[in-house]
Amino acid sequence: MKPFGYLRATSVEEAVRAAAGRPGARFLGGGTNLVDLMKLGVEAPPLLIDVTRLPLADIEELPDGGLRIGAMVRNSDLAAAVAVRERYPVLSQALLAGASGQLRNTATTGGNLLQRTRCLYFQDTTKPCNKRSPGTGCPARDGVHRDLAVLGHSAHCVATQPSDLAVALAALDAEVQLHGPDGERTVAVTDFHRLPGDRPEQDTVIRPGELLTAVRLPPAAPGARSRYRKARDRASFAFALASVAAVLEVRDGVVGRAALAFGGLAHRPWRARAAEEVLHGAPATEDTFARAADAELAAARPLRDNAFKVELARNLAVSVLTGLASPAADR
Amino acid sequence: MSPDPFPLGPPPYPLGAPLARREGREKVTGTARYAAEHTPPGCAYAWPVAATVARGRITAVDAAGALALPGVCAVLTHENAPRLAVADDPTLSLLQDDRVPHRGWYVALAVADSLETARAAAEAVRVSYATEEHDVLLTAGHPGLYEAEIANGGYPGTRERGDFEGEFAAAPVTVDATYIVPPLHNHPMEPHASTAHWSDGRLTVHDSSQGATKVCEDLAALFSLDTSRVTVVSEHVGGGFGSKGTPRPQVVLAAMAARHTGRPVKLSLPRREMAAVVGHRAPTVQRVRLGAGDDGVLTALAHEIATHTSTVKEFVEQAAVPARMMYTSPNSRTVHRVVPLDVPTPSWMRAPGEAPGMYALESAVDELAVLLDVDPVELRLRNEPDTEPDSDRAFSSRHLIGCLREGAKRFGWLPRDPRPGVRREGDLLLGTGVAAATYPVYVAPSSAEAQAAADGSYRVRVNATDIGTGARTVLAQIAAAALTVPEERVHIEIGNSDLPPAMLAGGSMGTASWGWAVHKACMALRAQLRHHDGPLPAGGLTAVADTRQEAAERSPYARHAFGATFAEVQADTVSGEVRLRRLLGVYAAGRILNSRTARSQFIGGMTMGLGMALMEGSRLDPAFGDFAECDLASYHVPVCADVPQIEAHWLDEEDPHLNPMGSKGIGEIGIVGTAAAVANAFRHATGIRLRDLPLSADKVLPRLRARQEGTG
Repeated sequence: MKPFGYLRATSVEEAVRAAAGRPGARFLGGGTNLVDLMKLGVEAPPLLIDVTRLPLADIEELPDGGLRIGAMVRNSDLAAAVAVRERYPVLSQALLAGASGQLRNTATTGGNLLQRTRCLYFQDTTKPCNKRSPGTGCPARDGVHRDLAVLGHSAHCVATQPSDLAVALAALDAEVQLHGPDGERTVAVTDFHRLPGDRPEQDTVIRPGELLTAVRLPPAAPGARSRYRKARDRASFAFALASVAAVLEVRDGVVGRAALAFGGLAHRPWRARAAEEVLHGAPATEDTFARAADAELAAARPLRDNAFKVELARNLAVSVLTGLASPAADR
Repeated sequence: MSPDPFPLGPPPYPLGAPLARREGREKVTGTARYAAEHTPPGCAYAWPVAATVARGRITAVDAAGALALPGVCAVLTHENAPRLAVADDPTLSLLQDDRVPHRGWYVALAVADSLETARAAAEAVRVSYATEEHDVLLTAGHPGLYEAEIANGGYPGTRERGDFEGEFAAAPVTVDATYIVPPLHNHPMEPHASTAHWSDGRLTVHDSSQGATKVCEDLAALFSLDTSRVTVVSEHVGGGFGSKGTPRPQVVLAAMAARHTGRPVKLSLPRREMAAVVGHRAPTVQRVRLGAGDDGVLTALAHEIATHTSTVKEFVEQAAVPARMMYTSPNSRTVHRVVPLDVPTPSWMRAPGEAPGMYALESAVDELAVLLDVDPVELRLRNEPDTEPDSDRAFSSRHLIGCLREGAKRFGWLPRDPRPGVRREGDLLLGTGVAAATYPVYVAPSSAEAQAAADGSYRVRVNATDIGTGARTVLAQIAAAALTVPEERVHIEIGNSDLPPAMLAGGSMGTASWGWAVHKACMALRAQLRHHDGPLPAGGLTAVADTRQEAAERSPYARHAFGATFAEVQADTVSGEVRLRRLLGVYAAGRILNSRTARSQFIGGMTMGLGMALMEGSRLDPAFGDFAECDLASYHVPVCADVPQIEAHWLDEEDPHLNPMGSKGIGEIGIVGTAAAVANAFRHATGIRLRDLPLSADKVLPRLRARQEGTG
């Protein structure tokens, strides 16, 4: 038996204070990943701070036309929210592409963003893993890695971030709000998750004791359309082999605003800035979209068994952008 | 016309009726208790310690840290565990020596007052190993491959008829293709679990098993007891798919721990450890060669497989066996080669032999149809044998043609444009495929007791096992029909080794084997009742029967069930995702005894075959020696969204050469043929013949591109 403390926090301040006072403490949201990892022995926090009763379960309209999504909003509720479905369809689609109905009913917005890699070695405590036990090595690099990273990986880690939600938020220029012992700060979603480098144990830039309290969405770009598409091993309830979140605005056949992010390819949701550079101001044609995807994926360094992901990501991006550019033919 | 040897009974006829499962209410309300849900007073909990090396010897076990934890009762290792008699099944020779034959082999067992403490204790046990080089990778040219003498099921490893090489070389049309099936895992919903306790030298266990009689016999042998001193209860079982057909480590370990500690002990295997210790379908590399005339009639057929087994025992997946009886083939060669590797021991998984073997054979037949430009249904009709090719025995019944025709009609098979890559819906390519299915008719001796009570009710006792199939219900129907009484008046007792011994639920022979004994006992009881005057005595009247003699008789007929599976799939040219659109199976399996539970068996098997085609499979990790995908998050099985439309139908097949019910087994045939039907549909959709299951995007996408570029 591994005893651990349990605290049901009644305020953000109390939660943060408790975390600061107990190194290794973890915030408990829906528990759909953390509790699994505790069962696997990957996580053994001395204290669980239950944050599900904090007043963070609302979706609020912001004065600028954006939305503030409390960290405790459940994935199902967020996907079903009218404001989200109408103004940010890519976000609703991404959520509904994740997990199963039962898990989405439990999983929270904050927990979804903070879920950990499903790399098989990370989850097996009888094997080395730099992310789980820094310095022990990365057997995935030469082992079973079909599902792992093709972009931004390092000699120390080839894990992928599995969240679908994060990919949509990256494309939407969302920000996360963090509340820590030293007060509040805001970080762009695209800067929130890290690349593994030589510190793969650190998934995000979150600091010890910081609580993710909300996600802020900027106003939806007028005239832009958005879509999420995910490829997976079965029709539902599987992590992405690769996914694409795209926001596209086309005026008179020319790309205006464009935002593109890939999932399942890297240690973080991969905002495709190089692709966007190609897209901006270019004719909204399949050829442009292919050039844009290629520009981004030129940086890919696939492992022995996952080169298919590069082609998959390219195809998904071209297909989604083409669909968004031609509403009538969109499918 | 002779009278029906097995009258249907008075209306409403119980046999064939879609009766709901008798224990359905208990199951859906959670009151049906499974093996791990029995907690005798004073029960302790066990957690196993699995080897973390792929091959070697244990040099030391340090249990001090574990034993120091409060609440820990014992740590069993090969140094202190009770000695077992030599096991028939060496996978049950647990904690008897220092050898580690594969990663995941159990090397110790922690026992404690609570499950949590047992687990913590297991994690605290320090095991040191002297490791040895290991090899877990099967290849078609592995130097360790040898020709197996006997394949699973007792079949000869090699069979030759006529002159295969000569006729194959002379054939105007030939197919020579190699198909690969990865390791597959049973993963029943309920993990393997046992609760064991000893009392006055008697052992009682609740075990999640497909056959309590077999578990009782093996435990008695291992612990050197008379079987009368062992009781095994398997009242409710949450699936097995073959992995619970033989006793598994949990029951031996629980019994050992209970003996060692003097307390009842409960052990439920962790899901992640199951792949290593409860059997799996061994991977196969299957080369099929077909030689045919221009008319499509086969003149030469070879099916040669390479597979792995463990160093613990030889198990040879009999994948080349169905090729011996499926089609006309005067010149035939079927061979099984096997290599012992440092892998977990493979075993039965739903339709061992037929499921992987018919995937390869039925894919090859489809390849031949494409070569000849003959409709694949028609090609099968042309190769229908008059007698079983391997034995020249007449078929007791063979309605493959009927299944193909009925299925084609219901599916809307024709008209069918055979050209691939021409049915488009946006980015999707659509195609249809067909494959035949078969499964042998087995029967094994069983015994049963039937009793008429003074109150007009009946009690039937037989150690059958209901692994979720509806066995309890079907046996009540058989008894009611034999007794010509309403089914509600028949009480059924199954799932306990103290009952009259019977065959395990496996080989699709449970219902036939148990039902035959039940029928015989009920008919004997009826005869007694006929000759009885006046009210029944207080203890009622009892008749017993066993079918040793009937089961031992070799039938002059070749007996098999047949079927045809039709599939429509879509392949996404953007993502490489292949998904099912619809699946339809038609089966000829004798008399169907309960149309509701039978349908569940068929569509369950078909769904498992769909999984085999599109997503199931694990990889042996060369560095560590274990199956990389060992949980249900990484080992994908179909979810509801993967099965948008599925239908199972059957022909009313009358076969007087089977058993009194006229039934053939239906538990496995659904999986047979389905993977080939799906893979053939994929080929029809895309023009790509992918001979390496599953048809996952990582393999499909590069092939789609190659084809687009004209190089595939």
